[in-house]
Amino acid sequence: MIYSDKVMEHFANPRNVGVLKDADGVGQVGNPVCGDMMTFYIKVEDDKLKDIKFQTFGCGAAIAVSSMVSEMALGKTLEEAMKITNTSVAEELGGLPKNKLHCSNLGADALHVAIEDYRKRQESLKRGEPVAAVSHEPKEEHEECYCPYCEGPLEGLDEFCHSCEIELEECPECKKYTRKGDQNCVSCGAALHKA
Amino acid sequence: MKRVYLDHIAATPVHPQVLEAMLPFLREQFANPQSLHSAGQEAMAAMEEAREKVAALVGADGSEIFFTSSGSESNNFAVKGLALAQREKGSHLVLSAVEHQSVLHSAKSLEKLGFAATLVPVDKWGRVDPDEVRRAIKQETVLVSIMLANGEVGTIEPAAEIGKICRGRKVLFHTDAVAAAGNIPVSVKELDVDALSLAAHQFYGPKGAAALYLKKATRIMPLIDGGIQEGGRRAGTENVAAIVGLGKAAELAAAEMTARMSRMAGLRDKLIAELPRRVDHVVLTGHPGERLPHHASFCVEFIEGEGMLLSLDMKGISASSGSACTSKALKASHVLLAMGMDHALAQGSLVFSLVDGTTAGDIDYLLEVFPPIIDRLRKMSPLYTKYLEEKGQ
Repeated sequence: MIYSDKVMEHFANPRNVGVLKDADGVGQVGNPVCGDMMTFYIKVEDDKLKDIKFQTFGCGAAIAVSSMVSEMALGKTLEEAMKITNTSVAEELGGLPKNKLHCSNLGADALHVAIEDYRKRQESLKRGEPVAAVSHEPKEEHEECYCPYCEGPLEGLDEFCHSCEIELEECPECKKYTRKGDQNCVSCGAALHKA
Repeated sequence: MKRVYLDHIAATPVHPQVLEAMLPFLREQFANPQSLHSAGQEAMAAMEEAREKVAALVGADGSEIFFTSSGSESNNFAVKGLALAQREKGSHLVLSAVEHQSVLHSAKSLEKLGFAATLVPVDKWGRVDPDEVRRAIKQETVLVSIMLANGEVGTIEPAAEIGKICRGRKVLFHTDAVAAAGNIPVSVKELDVDALSLAAHQFYGPKGAAALYLKKATRIMPLIDGGIQEGGRRAGTENVAAIVGLGKAAELAAAEMTARMSRMAGLRDKLIAELPRRVDHVVLTGHPGERLPHHASFCVEFIEGEGMLLSLDMKGISASSGSACTSKALKASHVLLAMGMDHALAQGSLVFSLVDGTTAGDIDYLLEVFPPIIDRLRKMSPLYTKYLEEKGQ
């Protein structure tokens, strides 16, 4: 088996699967093009995560990561939960295969987006504005799933290739990723920045 | 726990008679077939006997069979070797969009040397339209490479028609028959091919033994230079035991093909009919009729392939998938995408490939454990929840 016992255990018995109909915040990241998609629902009480539910479309690692993130975050303050990182999730799972590390990015991201969604709604409440409905629309994410240089997977909300260790930006012409700050787009050659 | 292996497109078990034939060449008959002493000549004789058997499997002459190490090597050899040998004639190739990576990536390498390739599209079943091939052939075209059967979706391509077109246009035709040879009747004359790849591990032979059929008097550039093995076309000390195994496997395949095909096709048809009946939103991938006798492939909506593979594995069932997550490169199958399938559906790809020895009980067991696995994964899936909401449930 390609996964650790811990990953398989979470895959076989994932914690906190489901939907919270009256969620205080929702975070959705990923898309089926890249292979994984996660939705996190949170209930907040006294600044603490009182309930978390998730749904995941994706591989065994993606499901185990979602389960682990929900378990790690439950009961924590929002601030503590925002500190959960991709690395800490992967560590808690006893490691992930190298080509599955990007799955752990998504899990922490989905939770963080849900917390941001909650905070936005709270601010609207404070200002007496009408509260926006809980967002079920996926957070804006790039359609490109692969680094144009190494073809390694890009996932999560970082515009960064972890294997090339370079920052990426979207070419306004062809909408594909290219190295941030480069003069020309690597895909279509459009002029982007002056030397 | 019951174990059911349904990933034979990846590897078949070595037939007991194949193993028996191989063993002496891993023990006392270890000599190098290029040696002049009698021990070496015995190894050479065994290898040449294997060559004749492989030739007989595809209706070729022994002198037209060249041993290689894998289907991928045979495909590389054919695509690169035939293209490079005709460089003065032209620099254009015609391939299908659903070729194996060893063909597609060989063409990519050739592009760096100044070649260009046209990828012919396929229909929703993964079939190439021979007329598209006809239209894609140009003055500069030196090679057409279209597979005989697709390992991911099981579809059998109209290779014989394409062969005729190529012959008419005087363009060389290679077919990747790795998934087909040894499993369905293959005749190089009927297909009118100049080159054909096959591999032993697809029909109860060992891994590491494969061959390229190359029509007499066809020029090819070797990939491996060195000694005079394989008529100077492929240097390197021969893997005698594996080659003998390939020969025995070819002999058995030729003798037992019809019986094997009918045994497996019945179970395949049962699986294809029953699986979509047990679980909704399951579609067959590949051609419903023109398909390999041991191949049943599907896409399951709303869930991703790897989750299914892991769950099936926990029940003792080995299968495979073309989803992004199951591929090391994390890209969805180019075959399913070329067939026009959307990404979400392609992620739910599942391939079951049978073996001669798969039982009705094995298929029943799969049909029994499959629905609860899908049910569990769908309950976790945001796409399924969305579907149910839109349906108003």
